[in-house]
Amino acid sequence: MRIVIGEGSCGIAAGASKVHTAITDLMGENEPFTLGSTGCIGMCFLEPLIDLYDGEKFLRRLVRLKPEDAPAIVEAARTGDLSKVDSLTISPDDESFLTQQTRIALRHCGLIDPTSLEDYRKSDGYQALEKVLKTMTPEQVIEEIKISGLAGRGGAGFPTWFKWNAARTSVTDPSIPKHMICNADEGDPGAFMDRAVIESDPHNLIEGMLIGAYAIGASEMIVYVRAEYPLAIKHLEEAIVQARAANLLGDNILGTGFSCDMKIKAGAGAFVCGEETALIASLEGKRGMPRLKPPFPAAKGYMDEPSNINNVETFANVAWIMLNGGEKFAAMGTEGSKGTKVFALTGKIRKGGLVEIPMGKTLRDVIFGIGGGIRDDKEIKAVQMGGPSGGCIPARLLDTVIDYKALGATGAIMGSGGMVVMDETTCMVGMAKFFLDFTMSESCGKCTHCRIGTKRMDEILTRIVNGEGKEGDVELLEELCISIKDGALCGLGQTAPNPVLTTIRYFRDEYDAHIREKRCPAAQCAALLHYSIDAEKCTGCGRCAKNCPAKAITGEKKKPHEIDPNLCIRCDQCRKNCKFDAISVT
Amino acid sequence: MVHSKQGPQSDLTKLKDVLDEYASVRGSLITILQKAQEIYGYLPKDVMYHIADKTGVSPAEVLGVATFYAQFRLQPIGKYLLMSCQGTACHVNSSERIITAISSYLGIEDGETTEDGLFTLEKVACLGCCSLAPVIMINGEAHGNLTPEKAVGILKEIQNTEGAQ
Repeated sequence: MRIVIGEGSCGIAAGASKVHTAITDLMGENEPFTLGSTGCIGMCFLEPLIDLYDGEKFLRRLVRLKPEDAPAIVEAARTGDLSKVDSLTISPDDESFLTQQTRIALRHCGLIDPTSLEDYRKSDGYQALEKVLKTMTPEQVIEEIKISGLAGRGGAGFPTWFKWNAARTSVTDPSIPKHMICNADEGDPGAFMDRAVIESDPHNLIEGMLIGAYAIGASEMIVYVRAEYPLAIKHLEEAIVQARAANLLGDNILGTGFSCDMKIKAGAGAFVCGEETALIASLEGKRGMPRLKPPFPAAKGYMDEPSNINNVETFANVAWIMLNGGEKFAAMGTEGSKGTKVFALTGKIRKGGLVEIPMGKTLRDVIFGIGGGIRDDKEIKAVQMGGPSGGCIPARLLDTVIDYKALGATGAIMGSGGMVVMDETTCMVGMAKFFLDFTMSESCGKCTHCRIGTKRMDEILTRIVNGEGKEGDVELLEELCISIKDGALCGLGQTAPNPVLTTIRYFRDEYDAHIREKRCPAAQCAALLHYSIDAEKCTGCGRCAKNCPAKAITGEKKKPHEIDPNLCIRCDQCRKNCKFDAISVT
Repeated sequence: MVHSKQGPQSDLTKLKDVLDEYASVRGSLITILQKAQEIYGYLPKDVMYHIADKTGVSPAEVLGVATFYAQFRLQPIGKYLLMSCQGTACHVNSSERIITAISSYLGIEDGETTEDGLFTLEKVACLGCCSLAPVIMINGEAHGNLTPEKAVGILKEIQNTEGAQ
């Protein structure tokens, strides 16, 4: 039997390594089972998890494991008696999280060992590359991608074939090198699809990029990956070494005469580097400031040489498309959006994790079908898509289909895949401020409207959440939004107002409540909350004072206590801990 | 260079291997700064001047790059780096309360270090453990599903271990 532990970053954060160690500690010599690890299956809400296999045959998935569960797991693996782990086995309801998905970009994630080229090869790995290099011309590759309808998964949704074709035809002088670049600087807070793909299936990225490099005629590939993703970098580095040794990278790949190598550049943390000209500046070791286009990177990119940039998820689809045909990919989805899309489903959701579904499903399918609805039986209020560049879609529009155009019409965007679910306890003004804080501090400062406009907007939002908002503030915000959209050079500035615009559009009443009634309907804006103790109900048990992290509660034992509003951090712990319902929030 | 005499003296020989490998490779400034920060824990002024000297990039540009990216620090950090995740999922799950509780318990704000040199608090972009929100990462180890008192409890535990030593 084989025990396979999911050890992606999420799994490790949830304690997978501790489970791993606990099992190793129990293992003697000559055990009848082996212990290995895999990447992220995307069922974050069930981490840490283990899959049991008999050879290649899948037996059981064990979930929410603790180090204390190790003896039962080892016992089951030794004896083959799976009843020992019945209580740890995934429920059919939780299993449906996966069975409702269609996985292409994530097809190997959590199933193969990401550090093993053998494992990848066994799952059709590098067959697409071989087919492409040995039987197809670059033009045929681009044509197949065109048939597939694959569009940029980084958010903008630009047709991949078009970019490849531009990079292929922009410069015809063979002495000028071309570069195939992967944007793995996943900056959208709340998105981790790209991390999962690189950590769990690094060879899939290499294969997809190699096919693209062949199509555009590139001799070098660069992966620009966030430094905050150390495990992804490690797995990719290992995969590059393996691929070189197997003649899948470097000179004369597979004896076909095609030569291309790959290197990794770790980003240093700047959201604006998701914009391609800023990313190129950063690759060149400079401040990541966007520049005017044209010239487009296809003509003048990295080191002023022709370059093409795609997102990780875009590349993750390429090998599958070449192996299964563009038509099969295009058969999924809607008129304008083909194939599947990966989302990182998080927030107040019952089952959070990575979800890959065909385009054309509705938001409701994802949130309630796959995600199991809202935690703690609360009401859904909105779903945020596209991060700081996207918008909040209200609950009444949950039947919107996942399609670039349909989502764009709501004021949000498809985005790179962040899908953050909010319930009634999320303040939408606070949400708008959260994203604006982010874009304000990430603005590179080049364009005046983006640099100063976001600052002014942040000031207005700050006074609104502090209960100091004025009549006309919302209109002023809208005006600033329009000038920033018009006056910014790059995508960061042009989309920065989206979270504010969509919350005003759908949740104007919340803005009005803050401004006119000095009230936060979600009871989240701290400055508008006041905690006090009802002296009649308080027994002086001291439980609240003991649990107060700010030491804001004082009082003699068995006598009513008091909260010092100046020290109170409105953490709600006193109310949660009070057994006598004596704490009131107004 | 005159400027390099200012401030505390760093052992520049530690950077020799890095500079030998990258100083003449075009576009390597960020990589060099990352490696330098790995060595020194932050980017001391004399180290940045030294890098400028060896790469031929102007000191102004080195500082420009160092201040542009969130990863680079110009001040030394405490023994424990508390990275408080500011991702969307953490925000929705009340990460603000965690950071307020830590701030008020340790008496430091974002970017500051406690007087005893034990803790540095840093707000960081999404750590990508969204399903464990709210999360703080302490010296590389993620602590998830936090409440304000759980967060303060972890700090107390560290203080106890440190105090006992």
